[in-house]
Amino acid sequence: MNSLRKFDFAALGACVLFFAVVQGLIFAEIIGPFWELNIILICINIILAVSLNLINGYTGQFSIGHAGFMAVGAYTGAVITVKLGLPFELALVVATICAGILGFLIGLPTLRLDGDYLAIATLGLGEIIRICILNIDYVGGASGLMGIPRFTNFAYVFWIMIFVIFFIKNFKNSAPGRCCLAIRENEIAADTMGINTTKYKVMAFALGASFAGTAGCLFSHYFFLAHPASFTFMRSFDILTMVVLGGLGSMTGSITGAILLTFISAYLSDFPEWRMIIYSITMIVLMLRRPQGLFGNKELANFMLKLGGKK
Amino acid sequence: MSELLKVDNVSMIFGGLRAVSNLSMHIDDGELVGLIGPNGAGKTTAFNMITGVYTPSEGEVYFNGTKSSGMKSYQVTQLGMARTFQNIRLFSELSVIDNVKIAYNMHVSYSFLDAIIRDKKYLDEEDMITEKALALLKIFHLEDKAYETAKNLPYGEQRRLEIARALATEPKLLLLDEPAAGMNPQETHELMEMIRWIRDEFKLSILLIEHDMGLVMGVCERIYVLEYGMLIAEGNPEEIKTNKRVIEAYLGEEVMN
Amino acid sequence: MDNFLSQFLQQLINGVSLGSIYALIALGYTMIYGIIKLINFAHGDIYMLGAYFGFYATTKLGLSFIPAIIFAMACASIAGIIIERIAYRPMRNAPRIAILITAIGVSFLLEYGMILLVTPQPRTFPAVFPATVYNIGPLVVNNQQIVILLSSLILMAVLTYIVNDTKAGKAMRAVSFDADAARLMGINIDRVISTTFALGSALAAAGGVLVGVYYNSIDPLMGMMPGIKAFVAAVLGGIGIIPGAMIGGIILGVVEAMVSGFISSTFRDAAAFGILIIILLYKPSGLLGKNVREKV
Repeated sequence: MNSLRKFDFAALGACVLFFAVVQGLIFAEIIGPFWELNIILICINIILAVSLNLINGYTGQFSIGHAGFMAVGAYTGAVITVKLGLPFELALVVATICAGILGFLIGLPTLRLDGDYLAIATLGLGEIIRICILNIDYVGGASGLMGIPRFTNFAYVFWIMIFVIFFIKNFKNSAPGRCCLAIRENEIAADTMGINTTKYKVMAFALGASFAGTAGCLFSHYFFLAHPASFTFMRSFDILTMVVLGGLGSMTGSITGAILLTFISAYLSDFPEWRMIIYSITMIVLMLRRPQGLFGNKELANFMLKLGGKK
Repeated sequence: MSELLKVDNVSMIFGGLRAVSNLSMHIDDGELVGLIGPNGAGKTTAFNMITGVYTPSEGEVYFNGTKSSGMKSYQVTQLGMARTFQNIRLFSELSVIDNVKIAYNMHVSYSFLDAIIRDKKYLDEEDMITEKALALLKIFHLEDKAYETAKNLPYGEQRRLEIARALATEPKLLLLDEPAAGMNPQETHELMEMIRWIRDEFKLSILLIEHDMGLVMGVCERIYVLEYGMLIAEGNPEEIKTNKRVIEAYLGEEVMN
Repeated sequence: MDNFLSQFLQQLINGVSLGSIYALIALGYTMIYGIIKLINFAHGDIYMLGAYFGFYATTKLGLSFIPAIIFAMACASIAGIIIERIAYRPMRNAPRIAILITAIGVSFLLEYGMILLVTPQPRTFPAVFPATVYNIGPLVVNNQQIVILLSSLILMAVLTYIVNDTKAGKAMRAVSFDADAARLMGINIDRVISTTFALGSALAAAGGVLVGVYYNSIDPLMGMMPGIKAFVAAVLGGIGIIPGAMIGGIILGVVEAMVSGFISSTFRDAAAFGILIIILLYKPSGLLGKNVREKV
């Protein structure tokens, strides 16, 4: 078990190193504004993808309404900083909590459904959230909430991303996390193991939703505005694609998927008319070639531990 | 000997059909009891009522002095009842040891926060769970396969793993739903030995649903016989073997030979 | 009160004509789901393709309404068959979520492929027959609404006949009931699936042309929302059940019209999803569906 802790510290050290390098490159302006934007976008997408993976990949609850929770976070955060003039840190916390509470309230009734029915219900709820926001004049209605200061920077997104990754990783390797895995594998058997399945499904759902809220808050404080059109089901699909492409149930996969798809998008931004076409063909071909995703449900870390000779 | 399980006059009605009708039975501490009956007699329905999958339409179930009917099945498990399934239900994509660890989750005392920050309490307890799980797997000769994916085990080992997993919830009563299904006579014989051994080793009671007459007669101390949802006989294997009603209803020549 | 009643009836008329289009798209969704358990997200885009085929047939080929709709249906059927062949068939045994992602990919490909081909600008759908407005008391009905309703009813009748009374229809029902058993009975599953895609796509295309005629405007992203909503309609009626899709479509159309008429058109989409959530929570198998529970 101690080897686990050592591995955590080693990984954290690598993160510090990586952060220092990238931050240095940004300061030295070797990484220009275009790639800085994309690196920040990658970090936000990773938060979204790993949090959705917690719901879809680990707990096996098929949710495609993630953009709705992102919207809640984006708007709540903006209200805190713009309307109330309170600090960004508080906005992040409140955005996370609000999205989590909404996730809890939505999850409680809907998680009784399973499979495609849950998918379509979460899709619908995501849209309902968006349409409700669209009709609130206080936050700008259909034209969106503008004039949000740019508080998000690389340091914030990077360390929040690392926090979320470690949080979800440690959650997965604990008793409550194993309960979620058990539910994914066989809900009836999980029940007879004394697991309150509803409780853990809602827990995973609310946790995933709250991190989507964090990501939303980071998002709106980078792009100066929160607009309902940023949070349609298209964005939910985007996040889902990252997760499935990387391999459902693999955090390494979600991270890779987020990086890969953001990069493809960024590279293709010079050819706007071809961008979505190449993006969609990549999606189709990858799924045809590797339906279980790039990593299946395996983790890179386990592989490395094995190479290191520890079980 | 005190009474562990008391099934008090329960019935289960689906639509107009009485799948189980006025069933009463009891299991004492340390007893090994069988529940038999022809196909469609309502055995699995009775099982599902005891384990909380169904709530009986009439009557009550008491477990260890607590009324357990009306509880959800995870609550019934928490009271100390564990079961296996007729069609094996493992967590098939997970490793063998994780299957067992999940069953220990109920007894985990570290908090959510402990797990996230991975403090000493979490690490110690995880170590302990791993050790306990390995020890249990060892008893069932599965320790070499602890890190294999459960679905890759051969059938017989999957059955054993399912029993090991049920035992990991630390039950007072273990319910086995046709554990010998799909086994050859040799394997069935080993299973018979194992069931008796589990009862003595883990000091628990066992309720067995089974089609295989040899197994039930060989291992159970007391047998209930169901037919068309009704209890038609109760007694030790000798009494059941000679019970006219039972022979007529179900056993036929099989036992006479 | 009288005002309320006439407003109500007017919205009912609008709702039924809109709903019959939803029903046409929903039929394809429900048939495809019934057969291969796939939420074919690209189905809404087939509807868009159908509208463009119809547009092409009337403007470039100079066809009149009925030949144009038949042309659009035929082309869309072929498109549906090709999509199934290339994107879905190789994934028959893949995890269902992978096929779903493929469907999303196909949907993007059709949308943005069309943007590349025909530009994102909306096109004006030509008036294929002169618009006449009939006033029945305070109510306004135009002949387009009548055409939409009539065409939908005819198509649904034809579909019902095909599914219930032809050999191909019997095979479809068999496959959707139990694909393995159907295969053992010598039914060519691949062909049945192709037929299903062809039929579903044809109906969606008809819906596309009718919408073009009704709203006079088509664009490459027009299929996104109606696509999702038609799926809602299919779930509402009971997924996999053909009469369910018809009823679900009509109900959805009427509710949307009522919400736009009496509350606000911005809440129209929310209403559709609201019904979906309510139905899923109280009767997940849909209005005409039966509840099934996993056996223990």
